[in-house]
Amino acid sequence: MVDAALNTLLLSRIQFAANISFHILFPTITIALGWVLLYFRLRANHSGDPKWTAAYGLWVKVFALTFALGVVSGITMSFQFGTNWPGFMNTVGNVAGPLLAYEVLTAFFLEASFLGIMLFGMQRVSRRVHTFATFLVAFGTTLSAFWILALNSWMHTPAGFEMIDGEAHVTSWWQVVFNPSFPYRLTHMLLASGLTAAFLLAGLSAWRWLRGHRGADVRVALSTGVRLAAVLVPLQILAGDLHGLNTLEHQPAKIAAMEGIWETQRQAPAVIFGLPNERTRSNDYEVSIPGLASLYLGHSLDAEIKGLNDFAQHPPVAPVFHAFRVMVGIGVAMLAVSWLAAWRSRRGRELPRWLLRVLVGMTFSGWVAVLAGWYVTEIGRQPWLVTGVLTTAQAVAAVPAPMVASTLTMWLSMYVLLLMAYVAVVFRLARKADSQDGAPTSPAGPAGPAGPLGRPGPVSPAPRRRAPAGHQAPGGLVPTARTRAAGAAGAFASLDGGSRA
Amino acid sequence: MPDLSQPAGWLPLAFMGLMGAALLAYVVLDGYDLGVGILMRRADAGQRDRMVASIGPFWDANETWLVLGVGLLLVAFPKAHGVILGELYLPATLMLVGLVLRGVAFDFRTKAHAGHRPWWDRAFYAGSLLAAFAQGVMLGRYVTGFDDGLLAWGFAAFVGAAVVAGYALLGAGWLLMKTEGALQQRAAAWARGSLRLTLAGIAAISIATPLVSQRIFDKWFSFPNLLFLAPVPLLTVLLAALVWLALRHQPRTDDRFCWVPFAGTTGIFVLAFLGLAYSMLPYLVVDRLTAWQAAASTEALWVIFLGAVVVLPMIAAYSAWAYWIFRGKARDLSYS
Repeated sequence: MVDAALNTLLLSRIQFAANISFHILFPTITIALGWVLLYFRLRANHSGDPKWTAAYGLWVKVFALTFALGVVSGITMSFQFGTNWPGFMNTVGNVAGPLLAYEVLTAFFLEASFLGIMLFGMQRVSRRVHTFATFLVAFGTTLSAFWILALNSWMHTPAGFEMIDGEAHVTSWWQVVFNPSFPYRLTHMLLASGLTAAFLLAGLSAWRWLRGHRGADVRVALSTGVRLAAVLVPLQILAGDLHGLNTLEHQPAKIAAMEGIWETQRQAPAVIFGLPNERTRSNDYEVSIPGLASLYLGHSLDAEIKGLNDFAQHPPVAPVFHAFRVMVGIGVAMLAVSWLAAWRSRRGRELPRWLLRVLVGMTFSGWVAVLAGWYVTEIGRQPWLVTGVLTTAQAVAAVPAPMVASTLTMWLSMYVLLLMAYVAVVFRLARKADSQDGAPTSPAGPAGPAGPLGRPGPVSPAPRRRAPAGHQAPGGLVPTARTRAAGAAGAFASLDGGSRA
Repeated sequence: MPDLSQPAGWLPLAFMGLMGAALLAYVVLDGYDLGVGILMRRADAGQRDRMVASIGPFWDANETWLVLGVGLLLVAFPKAHGVILGELYLPATLMLVGLVLRGVAFDFRTKAHAGHRPWWDRAFYAGSLLAAFAQGVMLGRYVTGFDDGLLAWGFAAFVGAAVVAGYALLGAGWLLMKTEGALQQRAAAWARGSLRLTLAGIAAISIATPLVSQRIFDKWFSFPNLLFLAPVPLLTVLLAALVWLALRHQPRTDDRFCWVPFAGTTGIFVLAFLGLAYSMLPYLVVDRLTAWQAAASTEALWVIFLGAVVVLPMIAAYSAWAYWIFRGKARDLSYS
């Protein structure tokens, strides 16, 4: 019996982790990409330069695909709360329920309804309405993040409630939403989303550049990505530090696990590398800098840091410890690469090929950092589901283990396939956009000669018309001579457009 | 029955109504999306693009009604959410898989390798079919109070097939409104084909519900209830006849009344929903769990209720506006 319950618990946790890990990949991109698209859109409106239109044209497709994956994987979550974790809603439903309901009511419908107009409405609405729709979609995705992070933060640092007969009842909604860790977590997550989108922009654009597509649209997307990253990384380091201090105050055991500190001590070392060993309750092969952890956590060499051995319960150490290092490592790499790239591309200089290749390699680095960061904070909350209120084991449903195992297998195989398809198609979209570099794309529609995004281009439509024919070549083989030629023509045209502006 | 003049009495019923309305909106709105997906297999490549284009700007918002419906079940009736979705674990998972497949195929089919498009079209079809069938099975299981007998499972499978037909009917009705030419003609034929099974399904559920529970039986077949309720089946028969008649003359060259089959089918769905809701009230799980027993705390319900009262009319308004923007016959989808 105990074994079966344990199996169900473990399998349900793996299934939830798999679902939410898969899900978070996509909102992480769309939250920030929505605002980037609004930026492209506004620049197109103001300058009338076709490069902004072309950049919008490619990235709105990436947005559409990413959004769809986020929506479908998100629906799964709303079912699993009930099917696998009934104890959660039974205990804290009075808190979680309204937060989730407000997310659906204020955010989901907003983004989903205006997405149609944003994606397909350019020829049916005025430029202003289309820009507004783009804004509302970006706003909706961010609002959604606001609500869900309020709930998630509350699970870490619950406030504004009282327990009556084993059920949480709200005493102050303000304290529930703006619970102690919420401002830090929201900031940290929004910046993470910005960085993920920035490196996606930069990586995909660098890849296009390396393939010889050097239209002005590729150039602006690349520089937008690089500069956005260069600005956001230092902010993220600051926000991460503040979030860490907040965690030290409210969830000290999580910090001890992140740092791999077993004994309570002054002048606690920062462990650079090590293998935490819960049996010996020490780190194997530890490499550390003495006193540094006390310095950055307590802002004094003599600050006392509470070790894992002094907590009655603490999270599993190794996953939290390693995930934290992965996140920080990627953060450092992001800082180095984005600053170097921003410096080397100052005043319109071209980036060296090796640096472009590094950027391509880091296209999805934001994903890895975000997942690692979420593992730190979520595993770091264990054994609690809601800190001090409800343990994960108490919340799990009595679904038979084999049943969970079969649905888990189904989800995992599907997620692997979809993830591969997503990455392949994102790169394919970039490749297909080759032939359209900078070429004005909208035939005069009902929106009138002004066109939704703007201007009659100087280019003859010929290369544009030829391009699709090349793509639909038998078997759809990748760049044929014809698409290459069309791509070059398009790139040339867009440079022309750029100099005109 | 609790005092209905107090919030603790009427709020749970109001939420049952809101939840039902959201699920009804989902069934009609995503029903036509799924129906179009189910009919995809019978169309040729060019027609498929047009079919997808006809639902492209809407499907995402349509699917959100499911999130709201299930979300309201989760937040307003947390205890019922656990019971109902726990019982429906397998069909619900299959439905989710279907919805995921349908949703991603929508984007992948035009963005992936052209050679892969037939595969994504198949995924679109299979996902729509699986989601529709699973929803029918869930409805069938729900109506019988999750009875585990062979007969109950057979009944659930039959309702699954009927829901597939019902969605196909909605989808075909939608295509009649949004398309022209050869595709519109085929849509009329598809609608005629799916009408019969849809009606058989509704009849089967109508017969089954009173048989499952003596309480529901007494509710329907006693005086004077019988008189008040008689319009529900009568109107259903009238609407069915109207749809059937309209379909005999669709599509017309002047395109008049092309909306009648869709509107009539929607009416039939609304009536079926009202009948079912009347049978269930005030139970969320047949004869086991009432709205009051399953409800979240009154203060939590108040918070959600106030939000819903303010926001739902806004949602309805901008949804209507989005439909207005994309009114008329569907054109090819273009991002520019």
